[in-house]
Amino acid sequence: MNGFVALLLRDLRLVWRRPGDVAVVLAFFAVATVLFPLGIGPQSNLLARIAAGVLWCAALFASLLSLDRLFAADHEDGSLDLLLLAPWPLELAALAKCTAHWIVTGLPLAVLAPLLGVAFGLDGESLLALAATLLMGTPTLSLIGGLAAALTLGARRGGALLALLALPLCVPTLIFGAGAIEALAMSGNFATSLAILAALALVALATTPWAMAAALRQAGE
Amino acid sequence: MNSYAVFIMSAYLAVFVILGGLTIASLSARNKVRRALAERGLDRPREQRARAAR
Amino acid sequence: MADLHFLANPARFRRFSQRVLPGLSLATLLSLGVGLWLALLQSPPDYQQGETVRIMYVHVPTAWLAMAGYALLAALGAALLVWRHPLAALMARAAAPVGACYALVCLLTGSLWGRPMWGTYWVWDARLTSMLLLFFLYLGHIALSRAYDDAERGDRAAAILALIGVINLPIIKFSVDWWNTLHQPASVARMGGPTIDPAILLPLLWMAGAFLLLFVLLVLVRTETEIDRRRLEIAEQNA
Repeated sequence: MNGFVALLLRDLRLVWRRPGDVAVVLAFFAVATVLFPLGIGPQSNLLARIAAGVLWCAALFASLLSLDRLFAADHEDGSLDLLLLAPWPLELAALAKCTAHWIVTGLPLAVLAPLLGVAFGLDGESLLALAATLLMGTPTLSLIGGLAAALTLGARRGGALLALLALPLCVPTLIFGAGAIEALAMSGNFATSLAILAALALVALATTPWAMAAALRQAGE
Repeated sequence: MNSYAVFIMSAYLAVFVILGGLTIASLSARNKVRRALAERGLDRPREQRARAAR
Repeated sequence: MADLHFLANPARFRRFSQRVLPGLSLATLLSLGVGLWLALLQSPPDYQQGETVRIMYVHVPTAWLAMAGYALLAALGAALLVWRHPLAALMARAAAPVGACYALVCLLTGSLWGRPMWGTYWVWDARLTSMLLLFFLYLGHIALSRAYDDAERGDRAAAILALIGVINLPIIKFSVDWWNTLHQPASVARMGGPTIDPAILLPLLWMAGAFLLLFVLLVLVRTETEIDRRRLEIAEQNA
């Protein structure tokens, strides 16, 4: 457990020294979101209809942005080799890095999205559902993205390949996350969607750390 | 058959083109690599080559 | 030394495949020929869907084989990671494009089936959408295995991806099904499964068998090529 906390704090400290990295991702999220009304037209009923999907997709793309650096910086300066030799399990280290990624990317996105949702004309309950589903869903995105990052560490065309690998695997989270707003409109609550998102997160938690560790070991060889 | 014939024929055409193309590409790739190995004299098993060399 | 260890199993495989290929090729050609006759000429039009049921004779078998192909990639991935079986990596490299092509054929034939049935070339039907995502998973596997100069690294990364992918496939199917019913509550737009009418079932199963033989044939041929390619690489390294 010590190793987990130590690594998590170290990554957070690294980000704290360069807050611009986080800001860029959030700015991208905002810009990407704004493109949709510009591209589609400002009819308010249409915007309200597509808001959840647009915000969720933009959040997905924004999460992916910082992922290819997740392990790359450590790989380049040799810290990854140290992690491979460290006494604590590599799975835990991988988990720590994904947690750091979520705190720095997913969490701010979940906070920012409802603000942008207002611009799309979503009502209060929908905004709440949006924030809740993003909070519940973005950890899964960080885990799947972390796996894709570990698999593509050092590969040619790493960034695009990472997205190609991660996005199909993120589809269930996207469907239940964005679908929660629709479900809310139809049945008045989004608890089922939230529960399914939680289940998806648990599946990701149960599978990805081992896969990430295996991939990182191969990268280290 | 009626106007549906166009769709049916297109579907079977797609099957032929894609799977047939894959078959042809696979066979030609196999032959290409075999020829490259033959040029280096590696197309026969090790024992045969040793016998032939003696 | 590296090539001695490498050749142990692949050599046995080549001997096996060279014995099997001629008969397999003949069987594939014959069964495809009979299958085509059954599908296009001999079987009657379905009383509901008319002549377009003939498209189902290629659409459904390719769907089954595309899914089976990915399961194969996962099994080969496990064999590579757990038992370090050298042949597993080469066969996975060989099989992935075959599965991807089957998925592509399934998508195209599904689209062409949809046009006369529903009026559009693409329906966001649960099965077609799942197949589209499976196609992307295949593309990811193919790209990942070839993304590294060190082929072994690529093979093992792709193996991990295949295992994660196969776990995700049921989840993806489930979520796409839910998505489909959420957005089309009234319509029953399913691309139809095989009816129990034996007149339909026979051509369907026969074509499934023929496509399976073709799949096996293609994988064997391509695995041979991968083995030879590896031998060539080793020879070039040693030269």
